[in-house]
Amino acid sequence: MTNSIAEVKDADVIFVIGSNTTENHPVIGAQMKQAKAQGAKLIVADPRKIDLANDSDVFLQIKPGTNIALLNSMMNVIIEEGLEDKKYIAERTEDYEELVKLVKAYTPEKIGEICEIDPEDIRKAARIYAKGDKSGIYYAMGITQHKKGTHGVMAVSNLALLCGNIGKESAGVNPLRGQNNVQGACDMGGLPADYPGYQKVFKPEIQEKFEKTWNTKLSPKVGLTIPEVIHGAEEGSVNFLYIMGENPMISDPDINHVKKALDNVDFLVVQDIFLTETAERADVVLPAASFAEKEGTFTNSERRIQRVRKAVEAPGEAKPDWVILMDIMNRLGYDKKYSSPSEIMDEIASVTPQYGGISYDRISKIGLQWPCPSKSHPGTKYLHKGVFARGKGLFMPQEYVGSVESVDSEYPYIMTTGRVLYHYHSRSMTGRVEGLNKKAPVSFIEINPATANRLNIEDGEKVKVTSRRGTITTMAKITDIIGEDTVFIPFHYADGAANVLTGTELDPIAKIPELKVTAVRIEKIL
Amino acid sequence: MDTVIIKINDERVEVPNDFTILQAAKKMGIDIPTLCYDERLESHAACRMCVVEVEGARNLQTSCSLKVADGMEIKTHSERVIQARKDILDLLWANHPNDCLTCEKSGECKLQEYCYKYDVKETTFEGKRKNYEIDDSSPFFYNNQNKCINCGKCVRVCSELQHTNAIGFSERGFNTHVSTPFEIGIDNSVCVSCGNCVSVCPVGALMPKSKEKFRLWETKKVRTTCSYCGVGCQMDLLVKDNKVVGVQPANGPSNNGLLCVKGKFGFNFINHPDRLNKPLIKKDGQFVESSWEEAYGLIVEKVNNIKSEKGSEVFAGFTSARCTNEENYLFQKLFRAGIGTNSVDHCARL
Repeated sequence: MTNSIAEVKDADVIFVIGSNTTENHPVIGAQMKQAKAQGAKLIVADPRKIDLANDSDVFLQIKPGTNIALLNSMMNVIIEEGLEDKKYIAERTEDYEELVKLVKAYTPEKIGEICEIDPEDIRKAARIYAKGDKSGIYYAMGITQHKKGTHGVMAVSNLALLCGNIGKESAGVNPLRGQNNVQGACDMGGLPADYPGYQKVFKPEIQEKFEKTWNTKLSPKVGLTIPEVIHGAEEGSVNFLYIMGENPMISDPDINHVKKALDNVDFLVVQDIFLTETAERADVVLPAASFAEKEGTFTNSERRIQRVRKAVEAPGEAKPDWVILMDIMNRLGYDKKYSSPSEIMDEIASVTPQYGGISYDRISKIGLQWPCPSKSHPGTKYLHKGVFARGKGLFMPQEYVGSVESVDSEYPYIMTTGRVLYHYHSRSMTGRVEGLNKKAPVSFIEINPATANRLNIEDGEKVKVTSRRGTITTMAKITDIIGEDTVFIPFHYADGAANVLTGTELDPIAKIPELKVTAVRIEKIL
Repeated sequence: MDTVIIKINDERVEVPNDFTILQAAKKMGIDIPTLCYDERLESHAACRMCVVEVEGARNLQTSCSLKVADGMEIKTHSERVIQARKDILDLLWANHPNDCLTCEKSGECKLQEYCYKYDVKETTFEGKRKNYEIDDSSPFFYNNQNKCINCGKCVRVCSELQHTNAIGFSERGFNTHVSTPFEIGIDNSVCVSCGNCVSVCPVGALMPKSKEKFRLWETKKVRTTCSYCGVGCQMDLLVKDNKVVGVQPANGPSNNGLLCVKGKFGFNFINHPDRLNKPLIKKDGQFVESSWEEAYGLIVEKVNNIKSEKGSEVFAGFTSARCTNEENYLFQKLFRAGIGTNSVDHCARL
């Protein structure tokens, strides 16, 4: 997030696109509703009539995969009606003319047809967004899990730049991170091209810096992303795989393909707190401590580094992940002992510019937000104040291109996926909490009443759902939350797993799979 | 900011002019009792426990709602004030089950605490008592209206902060009680089970359904960060005998004292019997428990063999968005410095 979570409450306009905030980030969802109650305007764009849509001033029930068309069209209206922030554009941005040229063709009439919404609603949304003094955009995987996911993010950023909403309190471009420490895992270099702090592995001066600090030779070759690893494992170019705290047998696209890949590696190590569907396929399973059994830090969506503290002992011989990793590293001949996570954080601070000022002493009561480059730096509430990290804000206009996956007579419906309030990712934790399971016990497919009627399917009935990759059986949930040509399946469940159906088509830039658009057919089980 | 000078218990103090008397007293370290007050909510002035004497005012004033004014003279613990608080407690106690011995809330119950502080041992009023059926429809908490003191915090948290509006006051007068519309029960209502009502209840009316029996004074609180989504809510784990037995929200910068159903009630996976507690090695298709040394030995042997045969580029690792920063740092260091490949990724895209 460019901005902080507490700033949500003071926004004039909140534009939620591709985020079911009240179910996936409930405490942010509540703060959006507080803002609304104080007079903020709310725009919601989503293929489903999510809870926040009921509170919205404009709800745009777009066809999955048409975000860029919608965003470009909103910019078309803003420019057409002269609502852009001219001063900001002149002073703080570049390549504006490129944007003007590109969005000219995106008239609400034309785009209304593509997105399957009323053109007047596009105009209304554009005006509300542009007229707000502090307009914040909040998005999640609904923007990114597409073939053109990165372009979707650029379109969001273009809209924010157009109205001068980056570098301003209670505004900004705010991706809501789905997991407790997904921000931190990225910050720490859990990425194939990045050392901690997004320092690139292929830059010689960076390589040299880390070789010196870590006292070893390092590779300048960019590594493989998860989908590339799975692919490599299947075809035999990846032979050893170590998976820590992750369950690709549920969360990755095309599970049948993942299964083949995991079974094809020479050696699979899985380190987790439960014997997950992924761990079951491992050669060695290492028992880890849960968050309540160790010291450490998580970095939240607003870049705040906060403490995690040990409350109880880990069961049996389970060990904190950092101890296991250190043990293995030392046994592989890289000799380095850490006495505590605090000492590891000191090393992180010494090599990661954004974390330079972080130490356990400083974050014992309230966490600090990066960038926090020095011990006296107070942390950063919102980014790009006064000047952008790169100097000027660059418009990156992008054309709308349809999803790769398309419907035909055999697979006539678009399936989109997501989470429900009561579960978290692959349910390895929430599936073991009685009350949560009681509230959301089984996989289901949301089907519009008209569609269900056509297919002669009743609420609660078991149905067969088939895509070009596979078939699952799940329970029909008949609801007008969803449009007639779209269906929704939460991806949490191993039984009736949505990701058996999804495809491995990737965004070529971010390598994110096109999980939000899958063509399916639905059949009654006779 | 404009300030005013007031006198509380004969002591002069300068405070911002938009302060309430309660805030001014708090600033001076004076503890005024409250049952319905929550700094995140609009002042409700319903419980009357926070009454104080303001010089010149005919009646006692509720300090949670009355703003300070220049020259104001206030008494927070005068005889008259104390008597009023005793009367309030006496009235509340007249219609409250006297079951502190077995009540789960004992030890953190505000009514119990104030009855103790103000020496209210029994009620002097005899009369009708509430007799509601307990709503236990939610898998996460009970609503026992026989213990409710109608402070309204739950209703206001649900409407002002959570904006779910699942619960409200039903009926009027003696029959006023907190319920769902048409008494349909929590589980059938629009409730999202966030438990923020439970967390603010000052008495034992809204109580988590707990698998464990524990008294608050037997627990220690450990401040930590929630392990579910990326909001980073701050919370306290309640620990008894090496078990997490409950979760209370803390006032963190991103959550302002709120939690969701997973943060508040989704902690029982920690003590779950399915937890892995020994390394496992697959032998002939079956997992066999092993020692750490054996598991480490096998991993190191495999790494060395595969590396000498095929080089570093056939290795890959998935680090974890659920693990700590320190662990993610070590994971990528293990792969980059220990094994020699940059093929480290995690599920940021999934």
